[in-house]
Amino acid sequence: MKSLDVSPLVWQVLRRHLIVFSRNWKTNLSFNFFEPLLYIAALGLGLGAYVQPMEGLPYLNYLAPGLVASSAMFATSYECTYGTFVRMEYQKTFYAMVATPVSIDDVIVAEILYGTFKSVLYGSVILVVILALGLVASPWALLVPPVLAVGGFLFAVLSMIWTGLVPNIENFNYFFSLIMTPLFLFSGVFFPLSGLPRIIQTLAWASPLCHVVNLVRGLVLGRVHAALIWDFMWLVTLTAVLFPLPLYLMRRLVIK
Amino acid sequence: MDVIVAEKLTKEYNGKVAVRGIDFRVRHRECFGFLGPNGAGKTTTVNMIYCLSPVTSGRLTVLGMEVQKKPREIKSRLGVVPQENNLDPDLKVLQNLLVYANYFRIPTATARTRAMELLEFFDLADRADDRVDRLSGGMKRRLTIARALINNPDLVILDEPTTGLDPQARHLVWQRLRRLKERGVTLLLTTHYLEEASQLCDRLVIMDRGEILEEGDPQGLVAKHIGREVVEVGLGRVECTGQFQPAADCGDTTAMIVGRTNHLLRGHLAVGDSLFLFPRDNGQTVLQALQGMPVRFSHLLLRPATLEDVFLKLTGRGLRA
Ligand SMILES: Nc1ncnc2c1ncn2[C@@H]1O[C@H](COP(=O)(O)OP(=O)(O)OP(=O)(O)O)[C@@H](O)[C@H]1O
Ligand SMILES: [Mg+2]
Repeated sequence: MKSLDVSPLVWQVLRRHLIVFSRNWKTNLSFNFFEPLLYIAALGLGLGAYVQPMEGLPYLNYLAPGLVASSAMFATSYECTYGTFVRMEYQKTFYAMVATPVSIDDVIVAEILYGTFKSVLYGSVILVVILALGLVASPWALLVPPVLAVGGFLFAVLSMIWTGLVPNIENFNYFFSLIMTPLFLFSGVFFPLSGLPRIIQTLAWASPLCHVVNLVRGLVLGRVHAALIWDFMWLVTLTAVLFPLPLYLMRRLVIK
Repeated sequence: MDVIVAEKLTKEYNGKVAVRGIDFRVRHRECFGFLGPNGAGKTTTVNMIYCLSPVTSGRLTVLGMEVQKKPREIKSRLGVVPQENNLDPDLKVLQNLLVYANYFRIPTATARTRAMELLEFFDLADRADDRVDRLSGGMKRRLTIARALINNPDLVILDEPTTGLDPQARHLVWQRLRRLKERGVTLLLTTHYLEEASQLCDRLVIMDRGEILEEGDPQGLVAKHIGREVVEVGLGRVECTGQFQPAADCGDTTAMIVGRTNHLLRGHLAVGDSLFLFPRDNGQTVLQALQGMPVRFSHLLLRPATLEDVFLKLTGRGLRA
């Protein structure tokens, strides 16, 4: 496989995305924290009144950090499937960019970084909201944005792999129903995995979201312990292993 | 030094040949054209020149650099107007130019001055803050050309710059391209409008099915292959008069006409139910000879020879076939 051809122009491409984002950030942001707030209201407050404390916490306090992690990862995944595909296929923006000194690798890496940016921003906004609701227990929470960056980068890579493999906008909903929704439901956002059968626990451990949730919840609740290092290492390792894949797959779509 | 040198340049898409070992050279400060019908391989060639498509085999140097080795350096000195507009619909008109300038690392102040000049040059200054999708087709095309000039390129590549534009918009684009040429910019354009090719190009190649059929300047090619004039004979509904027996088919009529005028012709070409006669020197005498025949043709026309005749002769097909 061709070696990586990335230059500082990545920043100029990313800057283009940020300029576009800054033009309509208000609508973008408000829609995105609407959904987590619904979950907090319906599940945290509504359902929470009927469920037992989880891991020694009121349900609302248990749920809130999980939602920070999951909304962040969803924001990235939307960006690096629908967003990327629209720019590549409908707007032909990629082709305009690669006619300049920008390389296709610059374009793809900038897409991944933009996806990462979305997860940091959207996750942090929810973090501020749950802080205002009194659901953040520890100053360790300051480390949540860097964790979202690592998790966001990984989810950007995963989403771009899908986009590169199945470059068809009709099939992106399968990414969400077959991959993102199961991850969302079985990664410890809503309930601890320890109650599930052994086999599902093992499977869940393979879920990248599970590790983001562990880290975010640990930091938000101030339950910081050595095992969190493993979650972090798992995210970093998987990212390093998978990173060449979206580059290979996306190049193939643009360069003919 | 030549701006582009292509030797045995070949491109295959999954084993299917799109460009078949072509050779050409584009000289400094000239306007060089690729004239050819749909599927000829014009876009494929252009895509290799601006380092988008990898070359399958052969050699291609642009501005003295090999495309495989120095794509970023080459692209920094090119302006590209792709066949399909790819303006950034998420950005406004002026922003399109400014953001594009960033990709060339042009300092903001310089970019702004240049962008305003370019909008002025292409009559788009009053649209600077419009959304791109509010522009007409002609305006979008002009903006795409303006964008290609943001880095003061040494070579501008235009893939069908005026396809889809109305005649007025087309003439406006032609005017601007001529002014660019006067300023010393080398232009490479593809087109399937022969008028565009003859109006703008100093030299051109005629391309068909991945191959270059001919190369030369527009007038030279016409003079070489056709001559000054063409007599066009319509064989659609031929009516016979006098004793002449009705022709069984066009072939018979063609043979009859050519037989009787052969001494006046340097060549002829039958395409469908049209017959093109290329007079040796005087078209008028050929016309008179035809009018003297006991046949009434569906049409009979003496007109100046054009590149389209050259194309027709070389390929046996019309340009927009
Ligand atoms: N990405 C591709 N994959 C496979 N074949 C392709 C691809 N792009 C072009 N071709 C084929 O290569 C040949 C040349 O196409 P090309 O687009 O270069 O022609 P063109 O002269 O630009 O035509 P047009 O006037 O229609 O733009 C055609 O047969 C086309 O089908
Ligand atoms: Mg083309």
